[in-house]
Amino acid sequence: MSDTTHDGAVALSTPPSADDGLSAAEMATKYGLTVSGARPGLFEYVRQLWGRRHFIMAFSRAKLTAQYSQAKLGQLWQVATPLLNALVYYLIFGLILGTRKGMTQEVFIPFLVTGVFVFTFTQSSVMAGVRAISGNLGLVRALHFPRASLPISFSLQQLQQLLFSMIVLAVVAVAFGSYPGPSWLLIIPALVMQFLFNTGLAMIMARLGSKTPDLAQLMPFVMRTWMYASGVMFSIPVMLKDKPDWIANVLQYNPAAIYMDLIRFALIDGYGSENLPSHVWAVALAWAVLVGVVGFVYFWKAEERYGRG
Amino acid sequence: MADDNTSGRVPTVIADDVHIVYRVNGAGGGKGSATAALSRILRRGKGESRGVRKVHAVRGVSFTAYRGEAIGLIGTNGSGKSTLLRAIAGLLPTEHGKVYTDGQPSLLGVNAALMSDLTGERNVVLGGLAMGMSREEIRERYQGIVDFSGINEKGDFITLPMRTYSSGMAARLRFSIAAAKNHDVLMIDEALATGDRKFQIRSEKRIRELRKEAGTVFLVSHSNKSIRDTCDRVLWLEKGELLMDGPTDEVLKAYERETGK
Repeated sequence: MSDTTHDGAVALSTPPSADDGLSAAEMATKYGLTVSGARPGLFEYVRQLWGRRHFIMAFSRAKLTAQYSQAKLGQLWQVATPLLNALVYYLIFGLILGTRKGMTQEVFIPFLVTGVFVFTFTQSSVMAGVRAISGNLGLVRALHFPRASLPISFSLQQLQQLLFSMIVLAVVAVAFGSYPGPSWLLIIPALVMQFLFNTGLAMIMARLGSKTPDLAQLMPFVMRTWMYASGVMFSIPVMLKDKPDWIANVLQYNPAAIYMDLIRFALIDGYGSENLPSHVWAVALAWAVLVGVVGFVYFWKAEERYGRG
Repeated sequence: MADDNTSGRVPTVIADDVHIVYRVNGAGGGKGSATAALSRILRRGKGESRGVRKVHAVRGVSFTAYRGEAIGLIGTNGSGKSTLLRAIAGLLPTEHGKVYTDGQPSLLGVNAALMSDLTGERNVVLGGLAMGMSREEIRERYQGIVDFSGINEKGDFITLPMRTYSSGMAARLRFSIAAAKNHDVLMIDEALATGDRKFQIRSEKRIRELRKEAGTVFLVSHSNKSIRDTCDRVLWLEKGELLMDGPTDEVLKAYERETGK
């Protein structure tokens, strides 16, 4: 070690220069060098991220395509997977358990399918978020890009997956007597808000998962609990009407339930506003902005530390 | 970048007492069974947390690199060469100490961004975007990349998924994508001479071009010949410590004496 003090080492074979007396930090300042891998400011970070938008899009689309590229049916699975999913839930909850209390068959089937698809959107964003950094360490250790590109990319992939599911959903809705109308347009703001919420959540999970990869094992249980508590396959107010009010309120105002209800309301004719909690749009927006912003800042705070083994 | 000093040498990379520590989960002694993991968790304390082992890969390395230098990194396997490169590139956070750089140094390589299930075509675009090229740049250089890789010499392979390529073909395409971008501070991590003889010659030529364009070049290699050909200064790392830093001939001679070559 003694032969490697920085001044001595570099001056070994070169004539002494005016820089010899300077410490590393002073020399860096003198020549305008910056700390490698330092975390940029929040606005600079957003700018860098915007500069990488093409990469984020390309990466999410590539992931989506790669998913089914070995299957014989290929991209058909994009639609077939959600369809089969809906069938399984219909079989269990619609036919065997009969959780459709308080709803007609015409409402319940689209109600259930919407719930499954919309919740899956959040669920898979969270699951992808947990592994966004820890599962892509190779990429993080090889190339430079704002690390938030990864969780954002994965949520975008899930959004595109959801759009395929929406095709199935539209077919199901029409089959059970809910025809396209102007209220269907409300799906767009609802999905935009849910996407924001999911991305924020994915970024929080990405940071946690980069420190504690064990979360990938734990999250499926958390997500399943969340799913059953959010009224994916039953109406919360109807199911909990003999329980204290606050339980139903807590469940109904949880973001997953809020976004599901909004899309059901937009899509299904027999599912009117009486099923929605009050101030539902404001709550949906609040969740989206809160989790989106907090998630982004929380993720950015550890930007320079991702990639550590 | 900045005003010249007396000797006219402008530093581009300054490493100041850099330490890098890897933390490895589930490598903490004993058998890898569930009960062993459990007892590790229960037996915590003594500072070192449960089942995490620390690997001190780079220990207090300091040096300054100047514009126009080509620096070789040598040392036996596991001596911390690649880790040090990653730290210079800002890809691995340092445990202690700092690395100052002029602009953004980049590692030559895009392997991690490519997906074997996608066609070569899409991988060229994806890899280019991952390296920070714009869509226009990629469009401009696309044909050049494909021609350079020589993938299409034996038929239309670029539209097939990369998993169908032979390992040599895939390596050629990866190199072609990686080498398509110019860098200020370029870092090359050995094993570049891939592919057949013809491609090796072509890639060596391309590396020479890249070197000319780049301000400063770092090269990790186990081939003393390629270090001699390229570098005018060599850092010798051993067990994460900088053993020697000086002109290529001096350091290589000492290194060869030590390793008995």
